[in-house]
Amino acid sequence: MSETQSTYNYKVVRQFAVMTVIWGIVGMLVGVIIAAQLVWPDLNLGFLHFGRLRPLHTNAVIFAFGGSALFATSYYVVQRTCHTRIFSDGLAAFTFWGWQAVIVLAAITLPLGMTQGKEYAELEWPIDILIAVVWVSYAVVFFGTIAKRKVTHIYVANWFYGGFILAVALLHIVNSAAIPVSLTKSYSAYAGVQDAMVQWWYGHNAVGFFLTAGFLGMMYYFVPKQAGRPVYSYRLSVVHFWALIFTYMWAGPHHLHYTALPDWTQSVGMVFSLILLAPSWGGMINGVMTLSGAWHKLRDDPILKFLITSLSFYGMSTFEGPMMAIKTVNALSHYTDWTVGHVHSGALGWVAMISIGSMYYLLPRLYGKPEMFSVKLITVHFWVATIGVVLYIASMWIAGVMQGLMWRAVNADGTLTYSFVESVKASYPFWAIRFVGGVLFLSGMLIMAYNMVKTMAGGRTVDDALVLQPAAQHA
Amino acid sequence: MDINDLRVVVTVVSLLTFLGIVWWAYGVKSNKKRFEEAAMLPFLDEEADWAELGLDRNGKRKAS
Repeated sequence: MSETQSTYNYKVVRQFAVMTVIWGIVGMLVGVIIAAQLVWPDLNLGFLHFGRLRPLHTNAVIFAFGGSALFATSYYVVQRTCHTRIFSDGLAAFTFWGWQAVIVLAAITLPLGMTQGKEYAELEWPIDILIAVVWVSYAVVFFGTIAKRKVTHIYVANWFYGGFILAVALLHIVNSAAIPVSLTKSYSAYAGVQDAMVQWWYGHNAVGFFLTAGFLGMMYYFVPKQAGRPVYSYRLSVVHFWALIFTYMWAGPHHLHYTALPDWTQSVGMVFSLILLAPSWGGMINGVMTLSGAWHKLRDDPILKFLITSLSFYGMSTFEGPMMAIKTVNALSHYTDWTVGHVHSGALGWVAMISIGSMYYLLPRLYGKPEMFSVKLITVHFWVATIGVVLYIASMWIAGVMQGLMWRAVNADGTLTYSFVESVKASYPFWAIRFVGGVLFLSGMLIMAYNMVKTMAGGRTVDDALVLQPAAQHA
Repeated sequence: MDINDLRVVVTVVSLLTFLGIVWWAYGVKSNKKRFEEAAMLPFLDEEADWAELGLDRNGKRKAS
């Protein structure tokens, strides 16, 4: 009976949820600034130029915004679906403060030019060690909670969160191996093409596990909850999980087409990228079809709009990705803005939108309110964000294909038709449209922040949600 | 033994494991019940949902 007196730990969920919105604004603001720097080069002031700010943008949106959203939702979902309080409140609090420290250190060191020069793994070795310590603590808290669950089954969302946590630990520790020469400088433990392959084994799996598996965990909990019906096919979700696990690890070489990487490795990467289409679409269909028979809910529930639209973008970018991994397509798309458009179709359309939808679900519940301060403002946010994403990716598609075609155009005598700078000049209008798209998406986040503050005002911090023995099954 | 033999073995074992999982999910009839149970897990603690939303069991706002 004493077990029923236990409550869920919502404090750590609340902290991460609020920081998700704040870091989202910071990271996207830096994105808008660097987009403006491409349109108006005079904005590259001193050391705050594009080269220094771009890694700050990617780190802030992926690890600060996306990371906080993953921590918040995984701590909430694992407690609720395991019917037990989180394992070790102290360690959970450490993951919050430790992760915030990593973010602040990134915001200081990256603009100062301290970097390992590896994309999405720029942070120098002392910060890498802190990340590893926080991440191992995260794994202990998460799997500790699963170990003391009061139900027989481990819900599928927890499989995805668990896979994401383990894979990211492995990726981070292997790729960050380095020889330090001073406190702020180190050299990779790998050399030459091996270094490149390790980096993109890390890089693509950061996409596959950090930006996909973790957020699929969100999908498998919040879409059914918001739709009020169980997931379309649980069996499909099991196959979805294992298919992703077995294929994602091999797709990395598609980032190194036509480089010094052995040709067979490039082909393996291409084939596995194409195979990935199947599990990705299986998962998308599973999420969208959860709404089957309740499509009317989409009409006036803006949270569902966010969740389902995010799945549409997930489907789009996981179709586009395998196509771009085909070597002949990659010959056109690589190094152009098409890649940037593809990334943002995934990052803004899928990752950000499913996080935003999940936060709108969570925030009122963490402050004891039946709904957000203004449901209307969620709808406004949805449309502003959607128009922003569409402008962003459409402009980058056009700019990217144009750049690819201009770079490969040759005259009858074999000389290049265009100089590189001509392709830069031709890109300006599209960079301006991309800037507008980014401003719209950022405006949506500001609307969300206003709505969040208003929801928090006069709310009570919920810490009395009782842990109950599940009615249908006992361990 | 050549290291490539090991690579071949690992690849084949991985594929067979995956096919085994597909069979386990779709082929084993007795698993149907456990999957249905697991799919309902997010809906088994609605008491906590009410508490979060500041509502009583009838969906009315608590007079706090």
